[in-house]
Amino acid sequence: MEITNLDSIPGKAITRHLGLVQGSTVRSKHVGKDIFAGLKNIVGGELKAYTELLNESRAEATERMLAQARAVGANAVVNVRFATSNIASGAAEVMAYGTAVVVQ
Amino acid sequence: MELIIQFGVIAFLLLLGLVFGRAAEQRHFRELKQKELILREVLVFSEKHPPADQEFRSANLVVGSVVIAEDYFKRIAASLKSLVGGRLTAYESLMDRGRREAIIRMKQAAREAGASMIFNVRIETARLSESDSNRQALFAAEFIAYGTALVPATRP
Repeated sequence: MEITNLDSIPGKAITRHLGLVQGSTVRSKHVGKDIFAGLKNIVGGELKAYTELLNESRAEATERMLAQARAVGANAVVNVRFATSNIASGAAEVMAYGTAVVVQ
Repeated sequence: MELIIQFGVIAFLLLLGLVFGRAAEQRHFRELKQKELILREVLVFSEKHPPADQEFRSANLVVGSVVIAEDYFKRIAASLKSLVGGRLTAYESLMDRGRREAIIRMKQAAREAGASMIFNVRIETARLSESDSNRQALFAAEFIAYGTALVPATRP
């Protein structure tokens, strides 16, 4: 399965468009990480626990998108976009979407 | 008496933020400069169409992300500054750090894949807030940089 955020896959021709596929996940941090982040906030800087959490979420959202793409018989996803939104206090939704295609 | 203790705590937090926050920021900027120099050979474009005359072995999505939070000093400095408005330099440097770090991480991912260039790079910022009823909102932002890493067919 190939994923790009271009219109196409360089060197390959798209033979069929199978429509939009998407995957998303909503996650919140656990309490321990939260307390640590609160302390970290006094001195600022990178919040590694959150970076990791959002990376895991993005991997999962991408995996769900790919599962959808496989289900419709695609072998590539093009024009992929990511979006993160803060939906409730302490919880974030990470979403990935793109166009499922068949390439040769 | 209570008032004095309260002021003492705030002053202490401010000092912590000022000393450690500033030291961390300067260290981060030094690291950014170094890493950017090392990763110079990975070319980054926001252009959507890769050159048609060049052949590529593979294309895959690469992502770099980072979550960065303000320090206590920046928070107070920014809230005082917003009384009169204008540039909030405390936040400007924070945004700069986050974005550059995200781009560096994306470039690192591309280099691990053996790519020489990244096309259609998109940069996004998402605010992550932490509003508890009894605590002031934490300002943290996530920076994501992503694009398509292209591995050239012929290695130079």
